[in-house]
Amino acid sequence: MNESTNRTAGLRRLTRNPMFWGVIAIAVLLLLNLIKDPGYLAISVNPANGHLVGNLIDILRASAPVLMISLGMALVIATGGIDLSVGSIMAVAGATSMVFLKDAGSDPGSAFAALGLSLGLAAVLGFVNGALVAFVGLQPFISTLVMMLAGRGLAKVITGGQNTNAENGTFRWIANGYAIGIPVVFVLAILVVILVGFVVRRSALGLMVEAIGINPKASRMAGVKPRGILLAVYTLSGLLAGVAGTFAVSTVMTVDVSRTGYQLELDAILAVVIGGTALTGGKFSINGAVVGALLIATLNKTVLFLGISSSATPAFKAIVIVVLCLAQSERVRAWFVRRKQRSAESGPLPQTALLKLDRDRQEAGA
Amino acid sequence: MTENATPSVEMRGITVEFPGVKALDGVGLRLFPGEVHALMGENGAGKSTLIKALTGVYRTTAGSISVEGEERSFHGTADAQAAGIATVYQEVNLVTNLSIGENVMLGHERRGVFGVNWRATHRAASEALARLGLGHLDTHKQLSSLSIAVQQLVAICRAMVINARVLILDEPTSSLDTNEVAGLFEVMRKLRDDGVAILFVSHFLDQIYEISDRMTILRNGEFVGEHPTADLDRHELIAKMIGKDLNALKELGGNRRAESRNRAVEQPLIEATGIGRRGSLAPTDVQVYRGEVLGIAGLLGSGRTELARLLSGADRVETGEVAMHGEKVDLKSPAAGLANRIAYSTENRRDEGIVGDLTVRENMILGLQAQRGWARPISKKEQNEIVERYITALGVRPADPDRLIKNLSGGNQQKVLLGRWLATQPELLILDEPTRGIDVGAKAEIQEAVAELAESGKSVIFISSELEEVVRLSERIVVLKDHQKIAEIENGPDVSAQTIVDVIAAEDQS
Repeated sequence: MNESTNRTAGLRRLTRNPMFWGVIAIAVLLLLNLIKDPGYLAISVNPANGHLVGNLIDILRASAPVLMISLGMALVIATGGIDLSVGSIMAVAGATSMVFLKDAGSDPGSAFAALGLSLGLAAVLGFVNGALVAFVGLQPFISTLVMMLAGRGLAKVITGGQNTNAENGTFRWIANGYAIGIPVVFVLAILVVILVGFVVRRSALGLMVEAIGINPKASRMAGVKPRGILLAVYTLSGLLAGVAGTFAVSTVMTVDVSRTGYQLELDAILAVVIGGTALTGGKFSINGAVVGALLIATLNKTVLFLGISSSATPAFKAIVIVVLCLAQSERVRAWFVRRKQRSAESGPLPQTALLKLDRDRQEAGA
Repeated sequence: MTENATPSVEMRGITVEFPGVKALDGVGLRLFPGEVHALMGENGAGKSTLIKALTGVYRTTAGSISVEGEERSFHGTADAQAAGIATVYQEVNLVTNLSIGENVMLGHERRGVFGVNWRATHRAASEALARLGLGHLDTHKQLSSLSIAVQQLVAICRAMVINARVLILDEPTSSLDTNEVAGLFEVMRKLRDDGVAILFVSHFLDQIYEISDRMTILRNGEFVGEHPTADLDRHELIAKMIGKDLNALKELGGNRRAESRNRAVEQPLIEATGIGRRGSLAPTDVQVYRGEVLGIAGLLGSGRTELARLLSGADRVETGEVAMHGEKVDLKSPAAGLANRIAYSTENRRDEGIVGDLTVRENMILGLQAQRGWARPISKKEQNEIVERYITALGVRPADPDRLIKNLSGGNQQKVLLGRWLATQPELLILDEPTRGIDVGAKAEIQEAVAELAESGKSVIFISSELEEVVRLSERIVVLKDHQKIAEIENGPDVSAQTIVDVIAAEDQS
């Protein structure tokens, strides 16, 4: 008895964890794919070079950019803000590295220079966001909306409005290379997640971010300096968007200034919310954002694999996300539990009613 | 009120459980029409929980609630309101930027053919206000133009618009001055005479004895007793509330410090010269010496809080300057204040004090952590030491550092905040209304902590609406009025609360 109540309590705690539903959703999507193609989950080793090959590996590879911007977005949202500019900053970083590499040599040195240049520029744009929010006092929505429009424009200026491609083996390796059989880009993404997670949770940065998000006035009165924290968080978000941008362009070694990172800020926001961070700010979960990003990547892949027409794709994504949000909602679950209880209570009743009906009929027949 | 009438509300065997805690255990409560019933108990005794169980905010685990003899179960505040139970909380829950009339009638607007008929709505609001003797208010004025006290009355009026038979007043008087309380009581008596049952929660025993007919006492979530107020004297009541003899508590904090110092020679810890800010405080001089408790007295809105905010860096001074240890300091933010070892505990606990969704532990270390900067985290071990020390020393209940602070009672939140400031090792601690809305026991504990701080050489600025408390604790008292310092009183045997009242009143006649 005790054990079973323990188990139900444990189960309840699990179902309250938003991450749990994210994982379930990923499993359901994979199951859908599996139904269409029983061999979907198979992972094989390419004997020629030892690389792992398979759909799951593709999903991991594709998840890297979303993973990066979701990580930054989680922190920004935790402070009670939002960063709409990450998609455009991706385009800026992508454009910078492509234009630079086009004229530079194809040696590893130029690849690192391109990386440094584009990440630096992305961080500067993030810093501008942070300064607008922290010092000018603009609303995060407005500041980053401005940056979203300006960033896209900046990317076009950098490339002269043209799609730009370049050739550099090292740079291409970022998205297409393998390390111990796993795509380099995913390994890099996970390393960044671990690094950021470590810095945020091992220092007091996470606590201060949450304090600001929950009650900015009280945090200020407690001596927290919100400006510095906000500046750091938005700069980090910009930097991570830059990383995402280089990941995105190095896949195809081309930047399409109107497509690269287009609307990805929405994917990032979704990933963060799916991971259990409230848009009102406060408590955040990095693991949750990771699960959310993986879910978004799985969803994108599934849409392609199931052959859903590109015009119906947004609707399909929307349905999956709405269902997931409903499953996570405390209120909806409470409603279901109550219905279940009610039907359990009234369960025996219809049966007796049926019996009575039966008896009546028999009596009538007799 | 007659004992054999049907109770307006009868709660029987109410049990409310939160994960891991029994907040209420088999508590009963009877409210009769036409009585003012006081709900008594220390902080954390379960008063708020009982009210929330009655108003449908919390689900009860066991027990029954009947309204006018009919058993009911409430699934939310709307159900309770529909059953005629209205509640006014300590913090006024109104929309300050709407008009008075809109606030009174919100959700009950009079409708005409073309939507809301504002003229009729305002007329209805006026009538409702007039019934409570507030007919002189212009219903078109913005609510924020009223004092907190009148806003509280408007909140009661709003509650009565639904023709409530039961009115719950949770700490309505904690931010009111004497005159305002009298006005509130007048309204309460009027409602009582109309047959409304009023459940009244207050920490002021004088008020309880003035207004209530009967009382129910709770302790640690359990029912202690139900008594006519006249049958129970204060000592018996307090003994029942805290469950032990009062002798130990009686003289606590009563050791007024009479040590004299030579102010001409000693350098003040902090010296403010002509500090002021437009619209909040006229240029004022204040000195605080080491090991001193400086009391600040004055009516609400006299500039007490404004002075505290300037001295702590919460607001920036526009005129004058502040020197610590004889050196000029720039208090441009609370962080700068903390860096200079000045901690300020705000009077506005909910908005500027606690960070509700963080735990007791996180709230307690937040100040010290901010002082050190985010890059130098406080180790788990040190956190535990700090949190344990102050939870024990200040008697925080429940003594669970990992509970969210928003789930603690007001008094215990205050203790956690006090712990936050003590952990930063301040040289000057500014306490703004630290004992407001707090029960007798916690009050004595906080007063004792203040006396101990001064004993150990720290300085304290103590601000309170309760003049007795200020007189009991302070070495000197600065009296403020109309955003100005009007007197500085050296405390002594002949100084009493009356002395301060006289000072404030005397100025009026000149």
